[in-house]
Amino acid sequence: MAKMTGKQMVVEALKRESVDVIFGFPGGAIIDFYDTLEKDGTIKHVLVRHEQGAAHAADGYARASGKVGVCVATSGPGATNTVTGIATASLDSVPIVVFTGQVPTALIGNDAFQEVDIVGITRPCTKHNYLVKDVKDLPQVLKEAFYIARSGRPGPVLVDLPKDVQNGKAEFDYPQEIKLRSYNPVIEPHGKQVERAYRLIEKAKRPVIYAGGGIIISNAHKELRALAKAMHIPVTMTLMGLGGFPGTHELSLGMLGMHGTYCANMAMANSDLIIAIGARFDDRVTGKIEAFAPLAKIIHLDIDPTSIQKNVKVDVPIVGDCKRVLKKLLDAAKDGGRPAEAWMDQHQAWLQQLDAWKKRHPLTYKEEPGVIKPQNVIEKLYEMTKGRAIITTEVGQNQMWTAQFYKFDEPRTLLTSGGLGTMGYGFPAAIGAQMAFPDKLVVDVAGDGSIQMNIQEMATAMEQRLPVKIVILNNQFLGMVRQWQELFYDRRYAATEFEMTPDFVKLAEAYGAKGFRATKPEEVDGVLSKGLEAEGLAIMEFAIAREEGVFPMVPAGKATTEMLLV
Amino acid sequence: MKHTLSVLVENTPGALSRITGLFSGRAFNIESLNVAATLDPSLSHLTLVTRGDEFIIEQIIKQLRRLVDVFKVVDVSEGEFVEREMSLIKVRAEEQSRAEILRICDIFRCKVVDVSPKSYTLEVTGPESKLKAVIELLRPIGIKEIIRTGTIAIMREKKTM
Repeated sequence: MAKMTGKQMVVEALKRESVDVIFGFPGGAIIDFYDTLEKDGTIKHVLVRHEQGAAHAADGYARASGKVGVCVATSGPGATNTVTGIATASLDSVPIVVFTGQVPTALIGNDAFQEVDIVGITRPCTKHNYLVKDVKDLPQVLKEAFYIARSGRPGPVLVDLPKDVQNGKAEFDYPQEIKLRSYNPVIEPHGKQVERAYRLIEKAKRPVIYAGGGIIISNAHKELRALAKAMHIPVTMTLMGLGGFPGTHELSLGMLGMHGTYCANMAMANSDLIIAIGARFDDRVTGKIEAFAPLAKIIHLDIDPTSIQKNVKVDVPIVGDCKRVLKKLLDAAKDGGRPAEAWMDQHQAWLQQLDAWKKRHPLTYKEEPGVIKPQNVIEKLYEMTKGRAIITTEVGQNQMWTAQFYKFDEPRTLLTSGGLGTMGYGFPAAIGAQMAFPDKLVVDVAGDGSIQMNIQEMATAMEQRLPVKIVILNNQFLGMVRQWQELFYDRRYAATEFEMTPDFVKLAEAYGAKGFRATKPEEVDGVLSKGLEAEGLAIMEFAIAREEGVFPMVPAGKATTEMLLV
Repeated sequence: MKHTLSVLVENTPGALSRITGLFSGRAFNIESLNVAATLDPSLSHLTLVTRGDEFIIEQIIKQLRRLVDVFKVVDVSEGEFVEREMSLIKVRAEEQSRAEILRICDIFRCKVVDVSPKSYTLEVTGPESKLKAVIELLRPIGIKEIIRTGTIAIMREKKTM
């Protein structure tokens, strides 16, 4: 077998793993890899303006496409700049592989120039990571990295490549298959557990499906739809689960939790059976844990055993891939032979009750003359894009209004940092999504605070000619924190008001993009249509009601039935 | 409750740090930790003593299993097991106390492994309770230093890791 350098091995592995685009930023410790990448010329490289952008772009690419996203950074500051992106991907179970340059092995530990122990730093926020000390190990490590990133509960994997390893030579024997004795995620569920779950479902009078991001990751949306329909069970979704079940479906209760719908939270509180699928009973969902779903038995499906019984006691745990488990549950229903009408009869009173709750407090907001309401902007965006865009969000009010007022019908159409809550995620993620789907409409919904956290990527989008659209809901506040201060800190707006924000229209123009601004309600339609139809990158800025809040809201630490309503 | 976990882990750099990092990062506590190679040089064996209610112990075990480098985790304290700890105790040995120390030594089957004009160093092996008893008896005489290995444990009968 021919010998190969480490840097060639990385390029070769990228090809074998069908990676067609990577996001990165070069530097001294990774220059050798870049040289090989350039010479090879088959893999598209997107040069970002900050390594955090590269990690988020790889993440956005992965979430939108379902493939593994790849990013590259140099040693030291390059590597540490990716950490927020890695932690974001980790908390939302996104498969990315991060390659970092490292100082030569002989210098490791010497506090060499641009040296940092990135493997040590990222140990708690990666699924796994490697410092490759011998080029002979590299083929195996590369294969493992991609395999671990995408299998089981996906997550980020970091591979640290010392300069001499990139330049060292060894045989390149890339494994076809891989088997690791210490890593064997359970995919196939236990038949007995599925049976037990089905028996509970058969008896339940007030069941709710509580669907999380696992539905989307395991591509189980069709199975979920089929199950809900076959058994007439309503579905509520977490932020990460939006799009996993159609938001416009009559069985959809919308999002649950801190800013969830009245109906969804009431459903959980009154349910006698919660079927949790690929969700993890996060504190933003459960509220005060002692008061959470007091009447319900719980079935919990998840590929990660640590998610089960972590926050709440579970009656029937099922470990396995959501798609496989749902298929087995559907089979069980078929074998059970109960006709659709029987399910409908059994749940009819419950569905009527849910309907009444939906009508009592639907998602809404108060119109005010002369003032642009952010919810209205999102509603209009939904109408104009016919719900077919890929939407990314930043974090805060912009994220919650989007989750509430844009109805996601398809999986992988909402890309948002749910777990870590990373401001600055949405725009680079939109760049990644647009790279994966050049012909789709990709819109980042941002606030004036969060867009400034990775605004430098405007240059990246322009350079790549990416027609990403940015909606900025500008209230000149860090709106979500301001809302908490208004409600719980006697309106002391500590460090949340921006006395200065840039002129976003001029900023867009400075980058060579298009910029549009609406300051009155009657301008909203025009700005949206101009922005969405503009060629290339465009910013649409909306001067919104400054002290608008996100409601319903469950104050942190309160029971989910103690909602503050509009 | 106290639990003694046996963990087999890939003998790779950083594996131990992943385990200790998991405990500190998730606010689990480690009472003692012992690590050494096994018959198979590619695996290391850890004995880890921790405390927590059943939910915490369940989480600890699951979180350990989730680490890519961890091959096997068993809560040996769930079944029959033998546990031992060794301790080296340097105790003040003056004229009047030397006989007393040797008597305690004899009762607990300790070994004197070093003698100096002013001190004895004793080697004590046994379950934690025995070590505690020896330490309590020696304390009034004057303990200068104690080094303990932490618990190691093995399952009884035919069970193996």
